[in-house]
Amino acid sequence: MATKLIKGNTAVVIGALYAGSDCFFGYPITPASEILHEASRFYPPLGRKFLQAESEEASINMCYGAAAAGHRVFTASSGPGISLMQEGVSYLAGAELPTVIVDIMRAGPGLGNIGPEQSDYNQVVKGGGHGNYKNIVLAPNSVQEMCDYTMLAFELAFKWRTPVYVLADGVLGQMIEPFTFPEKAIAPVIDKTWAVNGNAETRQNLVTSIFLDFAQLEEFNNRLQVKYADIERTETRCEQQNTDDADIILVAYGISSRIAKTAMDNARRQGLKVGLFRPQTLFPFPKKQINALADKNVTFIAVEMSNGQLADDLRLAISCRRPVELVNRLGGNLVTLDQVMNKIKAVAGK
Amino acid sequence: MTEKIISSKGIYNEFPRKGRNNPAPAATHYCPGCGHGILHKLIGEALADLGLQDKTVTISPVGCAVFAYYYFDTGNIQVAHGRAPAVATGVSRATDKIVIAYQGDGDLASIGLNETLQAANRGEKIAVFFVNNTVYGMTGGQMAPTTLIGEKTVTCPDGRDPLTQGYPLHLCELIASLQAPVFVERVALSDSKNIRNARRAVRKALEVQRDGKGYTFVEVLSPCPTNLGQSAVANNDFINEQMIREYPLGNFRDRTEEAEPVVRPDSDFTRESLDTLFELDSIPPSIPHDDAADTETQVKIAGFGGQGVLSLGIMLTEAAQAASKQVSWYPSYGPEQRGGTSNCSVIISKQAIGSPVVYNPDLLVAMNRPSFERFKNDVKPGGIIMYDAQIGDVELPPGVKGVAVPAQDLAEQAGSSRAANTIMFGVMLELGITRLPEAAFARALEANFAKKPKLIPLNLKILEFARQWVKNNVR
Repeated sequence: MATKLIKGNTAVVIGALYAGSDCFFGYPITPASEILHEASRFYPPLGRKFLQAESEEASINMCYGAAAAGHRVFTASSGPGISLMQEGVSYLAGAELPTVIVDIMRAGPGLGNIGPEQSDYNQVVKGGGHGNYKNIVLAPNSVQEMCDYTMLAFELAFKWRTPVYVLADGVLGQMIEPFTFPEKAIAPVIDKTWAVNGNAETRQNLVTSIFLDFAQLEEFNNRLQVKYADIERTETRCEQQNTDDADIILVAYGISSRIAKTAMDNARRQGLKVGLFRPQTLFPFPKKQINALADKNVTFIAVEMSNGQLADDLRLAISCRRPVELVNRLGGNLVTLDQVMNKIKAVAGK
Repeated sequence: MTEKIISSKGIYNEFPRKGRNNPAPAATHYCPGCGHGILHKLIGEALADLGLQDKTVTISPVGCAVFAYYYFDTGNIQVAHGRAPAVATGVSRATDKIVIAYQGDGDLASIGLNETLQAANRGEKIAVFFVNNTVYGMTGGQMAPTTLIGEKTVTCPDGRDPLTQGYPLHLCELIASLQAPVFVERVALSDSKNIRNARRAVRKALEVQRDGKGYTFVEVLSPCPTNLGQSAVANNDFINEQMIREYPLGNFRDRTEEAEPVVRPDSDFTRESLDTLFELDSIPPSIPHDDAADTETQVKIAGFGGQGVLSLGIMLTEAAQAASKQVSWYPSYGPEQRGGTSNCSVIISKQAIGSPVVYNPDLLVAMNRPSFERFKNDVKPGGIIMYDAQIGDVELPPGVKGVAVPAQDLAEQAGSSRAANTIMFGVMLELGITRLPEAAFARALEANFAKKPKLIPLNLKILEFARQWVKNNVR
């Protein structure tokens, strides 16, 4: 096992390379730019294709092209750039093309600032562009997972022929931790059943998202919903700590889950029965698992760097059966340990 | 007289992609008198004659040619409005095959102008066929960037007025102002002579693609009787008499002879190459270390940009990693790094680390006065502040120990004015704050200066210099 100190953004590129990605298209934006830098550094020596696009619209459409050709392509950006990509993501979903998109979230709205936030939750988890589609969304919380989830993202993107996001934030992108390199490197094979690869076998293939006939488009939309239900059934991932006997369950993803973990440990030391529920997939949201917890008399506390976007989904998932409290910060600030501890104590009545 | 239908080359004979229960499977979706059919035929014929159909991906835009994939017997991709050159770039870079971007004037010259110019400027290996009929077709006859002055459309019902709507855009001229394109030509479909010329230009463009030489752009002045409200004959007269006056036909660039094929390498997917790229064979074994204490050390390092604040943090992180500790490093990032103050958090632990952000450090390293003042009250009771002695007299919070290190002076004495951070590193080692073994500090310096190995011996010396200073000066 080869272990090195690696930055979160670099780990994404390492994951993509070991996952057999041979194309990267991207546009600079803080705090995601290192992904672009590292791709420019590591793709060409392996003969893999790197291109700095003229815009995020161009990046995502270059991805659309490479994905349509059956290649393992990815791009990375942050809030404002992700907003610009939404048209392309809708087309990817409509044409059922596999593409990995890494979002290193920053603070909005508008230009906002470059500090960390988790405010792209809705625009990423709910689809984001026009039409009845969803993206698989993976939420890492360490440098190691930045790599591992990027690898998983490629696997799921091709398994389900759908765009897959790795949703991280400025802290995860910028931090350095010990990192173990992947055990295997994937040499991908083009799927000739659907890809348009410019050869005899794929000459009759067509990539499009047009269904002029209303009945046909409805049929296609329904098929997409079946796919999302299958994804929900088979791809849901979450991590639970100390939830068995908990009265209070912190719910958090990404960097907020690291802060929540510290708060949980503190609270346990003080004799408070606090657990942590961390969705590792945001779509599919781990509904079944959270509902099992909601069967008990617990209070949930959503810990997030957004305006209750996660808390809302949590309420929806449990049909508002239990109280859902919110601890959050906005504007580029991290939720602090004190904030979480105060909320825990308030809920516990201490 | 028997009717003889000659089937088109490179084009399907019937068009089942038009939909189920299509009563006229061999009829196109284009209006009578439209130029798209002629251009499709010219492109299809050239692809077939040059034997390129198996190697070609055709991109259908948004516009009247949105259904180009009904017709072209090649691989087909339909894309978003204006994005064909970007998608074509993706296909071309990924596959290195022949890529056609077929676009109209709204798609190419309006919403997609950036993609158009950028792809041309990069010299992408794509053939762009640009249908200019001065009007939006599919959406119902709106003004296009190519609409002539005075020409009436749905959205300029009194005729295009340059004072409010600007002037016709000349795409060939724009593209030909760039260096990379190999072949740029404007042709027309308005009579048989012009069609013969168009046929030649289409072929030439596809030959350039066959030879992998780069970007080609063929603009085709084309009739749209429906939206111009003209008969087919009148529309051809309109092209010959008015459009060509605004958009002169001819070649704007021909580097087909001198252009060299653009060669793209194959992708290497082997694990060996990846491991070599990331230098996995040169990872040193971890340093044995018997620290039984189950405590966590939280460090905040702050100072001006350029004082080595972030790299001191990374060195400390390297030292912890060398000793097989759990460790995290998190910087303040962005504009703060450029000129202003910067800081980073380092957490060293035996356990998995929660939040990587240090709010209440056990150790604060303050390289300047603003950093000292900003963070001094955050230091935990019993914690330590190491600060550069140059900042002068300080007021320490109660219960916090201060160590004034003349880091900048010591660094200069030891031989490098830029090594104040290495001095601080040495003081940290000698004070034993982090409980990391000595060898880990040396390893960290080696890792930090791996790209400038000449600096390693000097910094090891500076590290030792700092330790001596502690022995002599700190009780």
